[in-house]
Amino acid sequence: MNIYLDLLRTFAKVGVCTFGGGYAMLPILQREIVEDKGWATSEELADYFAIGQCTPGIIAVNTATFVGQKLKGNLGGICATIGVALPSVVIITAIAAFLQNFAHLAVVNHAFGGVRACVVALIASSVLKLAKKPLQDVMGKLIFAVVLLLSLLGSYVPTLPVALNFLTSPVTLVVIAGCWGFFLGRMKKEDN
Amino acid sequence: MVYLTLFYEFLKTGLFSVGGGLATIPFLRAIGLETGWFGEADLANMIAISESTPGPLGVNMATYVGFESGGILGAIVATVGLITPSVIVILIIARFLQKFRHSKAVESVFYGLRPASVALITAAGIGVATVAFSHQVPESSMNQPHIPSILLAAAVYVAMTYTPMKKWHPVAFIGISAVVGIVFQF
Repeated sequence: MNIYLDLLRTFAKVGVCTFGGGYAMLPILQREIVEDKGWATSEELADYFAIGQCTPGIIAVNTATFVGQKLKGNLGGICATIGVALPSVVIITAIAAFLQNFAHLAVVNHAFGGVRACVVALIASSVLKLAKKPLQDVMGKLIFAVVLLLSLLGSYVPTLPVALNFLTSPVTLVVIAGCWGFFLGRMKKEDN
Repeated sequence: MVYLTLFYEFLKTGLFSVGGGLATIPFLRAIGLETGWFGEADLANMIAISESTPGPLGVNMATYVGFESGGILGAIVATVGLITPSVIVILIIARFLQKFRHSKAVESVFYGLRPASVALITAAGIGVATVAFSHQVPESSMNQPHIPSILLAAAVYVAMTYTPMKKWHPVAFIGISAVVGIVFQF
């Protein structure tokens, strides 16, 4: 089979088998990419995941791009990425179209009422797991507190001055936090 | 034009959401507030649907938002917008992988980004909770706290943290919660 098609097909399979993305994808990648196809080693996969976490974007997409690029250059990276995203686009579009026709039913509304409550619990649980490492030291806690405060300010105080409103957007906050970390690192280096 | 806006907004999301999956939620929330395409309750529904279907969470969210705001073409445009920055960044990084992996500067930047990412998701979660835990009083525009929703969320949290059910996939809790919602008329 054409290697580009094979990349597309294999990553589409990974996309179908992944629920929730991120770490849920690791065992499936291990089986399909490492054991079945031999396209990467376990160590490389672990590296891709680590880098996927520290680069912008979706980890699943980043990993697909890496594997495809390694195998067949830029075009390979693009084929693998399209493959991993394709099943989502088809499945979600079908569900969204279906829901648009049934959203007015009382039973659907009740179901989503319950589901929304569940989502709060899911987010809380994920946040607590995510928070363990980054919030260990004082500086991590400080960054967390500042960013949380500013973004809550943005959501709950509707009439902020423009300058302050700009400060509460997630994009601005991410840039500030990145610079904060960068300059902290620089200062530490000078101390040594 | 809605497609251009979709593409631009999701490009931003793809470029600035670090850490995958849930990290896209604060950005989606900002998109909803800015464009009025969807509200807080829709966002919670989208998260549930994305968690219950195959595929990476971020891609599912992009497709769903895109479809709701611009049909099938919107779904495709939003998804392409979301993954474009990843693809470009990774294709560049793949060339000097080891250098990037062990760079002190990159490590420092991420030292700052990780707690910020947790904070952004927390703020978005509080937004979702505000909507999930309050229901409209019939025949008025007032909202009041909805105790059954709070109890359900607490029960799910306890079950998935402290009981053997923590091995279950989130989709199981979402399914059960939907049934609870129907039975008790949430």
